[in-house]
Amino acid sequence: MTAVTTDANPQDARKAGRIVYLAAVVLLCAWVLVPLYFLLINTLSSPEAVNSFPKSFFPAFDLGSLTFFANFGGMLSALKNSIIVAALTMVLSILIGAPAGYALSRFDFRGKELFRLLILLTRAFPLPLLALPLAVLFIRTGLDDTALGLALVHTTLAIPFAVLITFSLFSGIPIELEEAAWTLGCTRLTAFTKVVLPLILPGITASAIFAFVISWNEVFAAAVLTIENRTLTAFLLQTLGEAPLHLKFAGGFILVVPALIFIFAVRKYLFAMWGIANR
Amino acid sequence: MAVIEIKNVAKTFGAYTALHDINLTIQDQEFMVLLGASGCGKTTLLRIIAGLETATTGEVWIGGRRVDHLPPKDRGIAMVFQNYAVFPHLTVFENIGFGLRMQKLPNDEVKRRVERTAGLMHIDQLLKRYSGELSGGQRQRVAVARALAMEPDVILMDEPLSNLDALLRMEMRAELKGVLAESNTTAIYVTHDQVEAMSMADRISVMHKGEIVQAATPLEVYRNPAAEFVAGFIGNPPMNFLPATPKGAGKWAVGGQVIDGPQKNKALNFAIRPEDLRLADSGLTARAKVVEPLGAHLLVTCDIDGALFRAVLDSDMTVKPGDTLTLAPQPDRVRWFDPDTTRAVA
Repeated sequence: MTAVTTDANPQDARKAGRIVYLAAVVLLCAWVLVPLYFLLINTLSSPEAVNSFPKSFFPAFDLGSLTFFANFGGMLSALKNSIIVAALTMVLSILIGAPAGYALSRFDFRGKELFRLLILLTRAFPLPLLALPLAVLFIRTGLDDTALGLALVHTTLAIPFAVLITFSLFSGIPIELEEAAWTLGCTRLTAFTKVVLPLILPGITASAIFAFVISWNEVFAAAVLTIENRTLTAFLLQTLGEAPLHLKFAGGFILVVPALIFIFAVRKYLFAMWGIANR
Repeated sequence: MAVIEIKNVAKTFGAYTALHDINLTIQDQEFMVLLGASGCGKTTLLRIIAGLETATTGEVWIGGRRVDHLPPKDRGIAMVFQNYAVFPHLTVFENIGFGLRMQKLPNDEVKRRVERTAGLMHIDQLLKRYSGELSGGQRQRVAVARALAMEPDVILMDEPLSNLDALLRMEMRAELKGVLAESNTTAIYVTHDQVEAMSMADRISVMHKGEIVQAATPLEVYRNPAAEFVAGFIGNPPMNFLPATPKGAGKWAVGGQVIDGPQKNKALNFAIRPEDLRLADSGLTARAKVVEPLGAHLLVTCDIDGALFRAVLDSDMTVKPGDTLTLAPQPDRVRWFDPDTTRAVA
């Protein structure tokens, strides 16, 4: 490629472009990292330091707030509930969403487009609108205040994403790969397990993580539908409303860290979903 | 060891008929090419033989066994796809050995067969690589090796070379022909490329609008096309046609000349290949319109009574656009077609 000659020195233009690029990268990183950093500092500071100004740049490693939470009644069980509900949501949304995604990508049937639209429409109803009728229904069926009941609600929130993500995953796999497997001695099922599944596993994982995070962060349905078995978000919302600032920070920290660790552990698959780290 | 018999196979997609009543027998170890323009049904027919598509009516027999109700894996076939379909999550070795592993062959047998076929296709250096690390030509070789490793009765190929560049295609063409001849399998090869068909086939089935117009050896298809479609489709440039009116007693008026022809008393089409014409003192009178020197010969596009007419002449000839040429057809190469049925007339 030959460079287009302009009045400006191309060397300068390239340098300027690079500076803009770097600035954008720094800004975006700061956007995400600075709040997280303050969360970390304030969590690890003594109550006095949290309320004082200016902030110190380095945390004081005062574990007082965290120890308070560790010993706070119901805290650990709320954490456990959150994990159970998120895990259930993850499993349910993949079990229901992935076959729907496969069907959408591989088969032609009447009303396919309408079906795709309807999947998205499930997100069109605000949760507060659904929460009260759901609560009544759950109380009647005995699903209220259970992990499964809440996971069902979270699954309906996560399914549109699960279906659409897996739909695009399956569509990205040429049907010829399956056909080749059939001619090489596979049945429909073995072709799926030996060829399609290994290829979409990263994407399935990514979509599962997505479901996990949706459930982990969801607070409204959790607050309405559970009383005794609160998830972490609902629990913190309930208990931290009147709590002092340093405890709010610590609570936020406890909420953020597991999700961060989880996403970090499976980041490879998230990138694969967006085609960055794909082989 | 497998004869393939296709009996009265038809395929409809809704109101559209892709294949009309196909009957074809392919001999054991024969190399059959299905040739036709896109949309003529050749790929559909191949997929029906493979079991990837079900025929609406009709029967498919392979090696004396009726297979049209069987899934692809039970038909004793292997297939090479146009886009290679090399599994991206497996190494070249595991790709070639995929079918053998499905048959649960012992490890050393898998290794032996993979190495043998990889050697045959000259990819023994690539066995540890993934498909993402291969060029198109190499992927094609993996796809062929994977099919050969199955040691199938029948190998089916769907335009396997069409995604390769021209030079590579020519190279692979000769190589494929050699490898398949040695493997003693029956082969069905789908292509729209007449050069591929002519150079590789034992027999060519020319397909048009869901029908087999002619199934014969390459030379027969070229010299004695059974229909105007075949004459116009095969050969580059294609055969010339001129309307002929009967003058009685086997004499025909063509382009202002009288030529010997069949004993018929209805209007026919006179046909001659461009390379079967030469400049002479008497013959068809043509006005040259475009002259294309192609090195080995001279392609002259002319006009005879308003009809397009091409002649391939010796490159030493000096012909200019606007010249009037007298073109003599080589008598034993002249063919006649019935314009109503478009079929050849003896």
